[in-house]
Amino acid sequence: MNPTDTIAIAMLLPLIGAVGIALCGRWPNVREVVTLVTATSLAVVVWSLTPHIMAGERPELVVAPLFDGLSLAFTVEPLGMLFAALASTLWIVNSVYSIGYMRGNNEKNQTRFYVCFAIAISAVMGIAFAGNLLTLFLCYEVLTLSTFPLVAHKGDAATVRSARIYLGILLGTSIALFLPAIIWTYMATGTLTFEPGGIISGKLAGPAVGLLLGLYVFGIGKAAMMPVHRWLPAAMVAPTPVSALLHAVAVVKAGVFTLTKVIIYVFGVDFLFAQPSAEWLLYAAAFTILAASVVALRQQNLKRMLAYSTIGQLSYVILAAAILTPLSEIGAAVHIVAHAFGKITLFFAAGAIYTASKKTELNQLRGIGARMPWTMAAFTIGALSMIGVPPTGGFVSKWFILAGAFQSNNYVAIFTIIVSTILNAAYFLPIIFMAWFSKEAPGGKAHGEAPWPAVLALCVTAVLTLAFFFFNQPVLDLESQLVGRVK
Amino acid sequence: MSLAQQLPALQIVVPLLTAPLVVLLRGPGLSWAAASAASVMAFVIAIAITSMVLTGGALSYEMGGWPAPFGITLEIDALSALMLLLVTGASAVTLLCGRASLAQNMDAGRQHLFFAAWLIVLAGLAGIAATGDAFNVFVFMEISSLASYVLIAAGSDRRALTATFKYLIMGTIGATFYLIGVGLVYMMTGTLNFADMELRIADVTDQRPILVAAGFITVGLALKAAVFPLHIWLPNAYTYAPHMVTAFLAACSTKVAIYVLLRFDFLVFQGNLEAHAIQFAIFLAPLALLGILVGSAVAMVEANIKRLLAFSSVAQIGYILLGASFASAAGLTASVALMFNHALAKGALFLAVAAIATRIAGLRLDDIAGIGRRMPWTCAALALAGASLVGIPGTAGFVSKWLLLQAAFEQGTFGIVAIVVVVMSSLAAVVYIWRIVECVYFGTPKNEDTTFAEAPLPLVAGLWLVALANVYFGLVPALPVTLAETAAADLLSHLP
Repeated sequence: MNPTDTIAIAMLLPLIGAVGIALCGRWPNVREVVTLVTATSLAVVVWSLTPHIMAGERPELVVAPLFDGLSLAFTVEPLGMLFAALASTLWIVNSVYSIGYMRGNNEKNQTRFYVCFAIAISAVMGIAFAGNLLTLFLCYEVLTLSTFPLVAHKGDAATVRSARIYLGILLGTSIALFLPAIIWTYMATGTLTFEPGGIISGKLAGPAVGLLLGLYVFGIGKAAMMPVHRWLPAAMVAPTPVSALLHAVAVVKAGVFTLTKVIIYVFGVDFLFAQPSAEWLLYAAAFTILAASVVALRQQNLKRMLAYSTIGQLSYVILAAAILTPLSEIGAAVHIVAHAFGKITLFFAAGAIYTASKKTELNQLRGIGARMPWTMAAFTIGALSMIGVPPTGGFVSKWFILAGAFQSNNYVAIFTIIVSTILNAAYFLPIIFMAWFSKEAPGGKAHGEAPWPAVLALCVTAVLTLAFFFFNQPVLDLESQLVGRVK
Repeated sequence: MSLAQQLPALQIVVPLLTAPLVVLLRGPGLSWAAASAASVMAFVIAIAITSMVLTGGALSYEMGGWPAPFGITLEIDALSALMLLLVTGASAVTLLCGRASLAQNMDAGRQHLFFAAWLIVLAGLAGIAATGDAFNVFVFMEISSLASYVLIAAGSDRRALTATFKYLIMGTIGATFYLIGVGLVYMMTGTLNFADMELRIADVTDQRPILVAAGFITVGLALKAAVFPLHIWLPNAYTYAPHMVTAFLAACSTKVAIYVLLRFDFLVFQGNLEAHAIQFAIFLAPLALLGILVGSAVAMVEANIKRLLAFSSVAQIGYILLGASFASAAGLTASVALMFNHALAKGALFLAVAAIATRIAGLRLDDIAGIGRRMPWTCAALALAGASLVGIPGTAGFVSKWLLLQAAFEQGTFGIVAIVVVVMSSLAAVVYIWRIVECVYFGTPKNEDTTFAEAPLPLVAGLWLVALANVYFGLVPALPVTLAETAAADLLSHLP
């Protein structure tokens, strides 16, 4: 199988899976098998690409010419490879978890749920492998639309209202800002293909660069930079597997991934470094990190708190990319992975707690560690990773981001990371303490762990969070190529 | 002469001569079959003509063998071919799949008359697109207009009568203005043939009558095209007409008027009148922008989905004119591509409305609440066509929006204003399409009747055909874009 076909298969496989899931809707066990088989084979297919990318190949697939010399084309490069591998691998774990969660909560319309999930994953593969901005934009919008039914899954009035905010902000920003930015780029440069070193250099200068960057940063609403972050807390009305894979990994990472890709392959790191008008991005990211942490501190609902924590962590990636040094660009890529493992664990735990006990608020969690030891152990590991304590994955990425910041004496970034670490500790540690050491409120109903597939899934991701601290060399090797090509 | 050479004439003659035949056949089934057959044949002819134009350039046909400028010639270039495709395609699809919907709107005894009028509209619109003679345009315009008044009033809804009356008054004023303009040009040049006019007008020393003619013609056609603020006939006419008539006319009739406007202005006036290009842009651009804003704003609050879509059409006509008012290659390309893509999107949406109306009594938003579960296929196609209207990438609507924004970027400061307006209107489109989609899928049904009640199969099939065409031309936009680019180059080649 040559790598070019592999790209096509990686995008078609989830779609074929979606059809299979729809056809098997009447037999839930068969349907779940189809989901798992699709997820596993997708991961195998995506992983089979990695040796080629490691070897420095850049397989390309041109599907169709569109108009004006633009085409629907896909290219695999290190950043996209990492994102695709991450999303496809976690899809397996998430599918196992979904089975436990959806059945444990007797959710309705489960077939629609799995179908839309598979379509969303296909769109994520498209975003990861997109070879030009237009292709990326197409997949980006497909992802927004395919996740809408997942967010609105419950279908009651409050859910529909939240889903409307979700769609309104994501679609609105992409149409109002992202699309004009793409067209502007095209008019200025005559191309939309991602090139190592960027395409803007020499074509635009002065304040226009900063303005264009602004259109991208706020147009890519999925990256959840303040003030276009409101859709993420709103999306928490979705069933927890959706919040876990899509709103902690696939969708939000698609946002920061797109933004990082724009910074590296459209603007070019060196070019942007020399532009005073682009400096504001660092401050905006720093503001989002701190503000989101403060808001998270004040939340009472567990999932909403995790959502604000995600907003802050996403801006870590943007901050890292905006520091514009080789080490920080690696840090941005590593943080995409590290945060994914940690945050999906936290969401899995939140969903497991809901399934087992119907508890959603923070103050209900007193003493829950005794009832759900596995779940809370995983939660603890995830939380430590968010704070950045060794030996968790979160420490690795923070190390690189800080190293990059010191490399360029970027004190704003250093200050932000330190303060944010303290704030993260301030909102995660009390929960951990409460769960393990407080006495449970009297009168609570007795319950044990969530269904075993859910517990299995969250243990796997917790182990991955720990393992990433020790085994991160392949990721570093892969992403060093990124910097090597940029420099 | 081979048959292929006669195609331009057959394009008009086939539906025109089938019309009396349909009246003679009388039976509702037979007359429907004959009308559909003529429509499909016209569509096939249009496809053949388009492929001939694409390979061999513009076609010219002398009616009765009389050479221009004495006889009437049919001149079919890329732009006319695209209009012919739209007109005949819309007619063929709506007639073929819409029988159930029509039967609901009128009793069997009068259907043959209705189909005859339909074919006359088809012949008239095709004639306008094909002819190369200014007066001939007027004749076909009157033919199609009079017959379309019949179509709009043909339903059982009595409110259609007042809507038609309004349309009739405004349409007649528009046609009269056009005729006055043509008369003035004839007075100064002594010819009615477009190509001949272009040559002779250069010799006219006193330009004032020509300028007045340009004014009359522009305003007259703007009335026909429902350009803001002359659009007031359109919402009611679309709302109260039988659903299939709305689908047919919304897809092509206003666009034909814009086609004549472009043709007349670029061929005859722009190259010869001093500073006319600026007048053209200054007159149309503000109206286009206002139309976009007002149409979108009203659509956002309208509760009847047919009126909602009608106001969306007012906004979309604004898009088409905005592209044209740039008077650049990119702008005209966008404008022509918009005509094609909007016809696909709006045609599909009105077909979906017709499909819904076969099962549900009212067409207000609260009437259609929650029908997504009862009519899954119809509603899915509705959402798809809606996405195309909004301009989601991967659909035809995205291609034209891209072209329009790109054309606007070339325009400097005014372009920025245009971009802001287009973007705002796109967001408004998200809102009003979303109101429908959300209502259909998440609304609480009025009565708890949740039986599966999909629309008749032909209607759903036709709807999906058009909806999938939206996706096809979004991913493989070569045909409309090539035609639009050729048309834009043709139009601009007449400028000095």
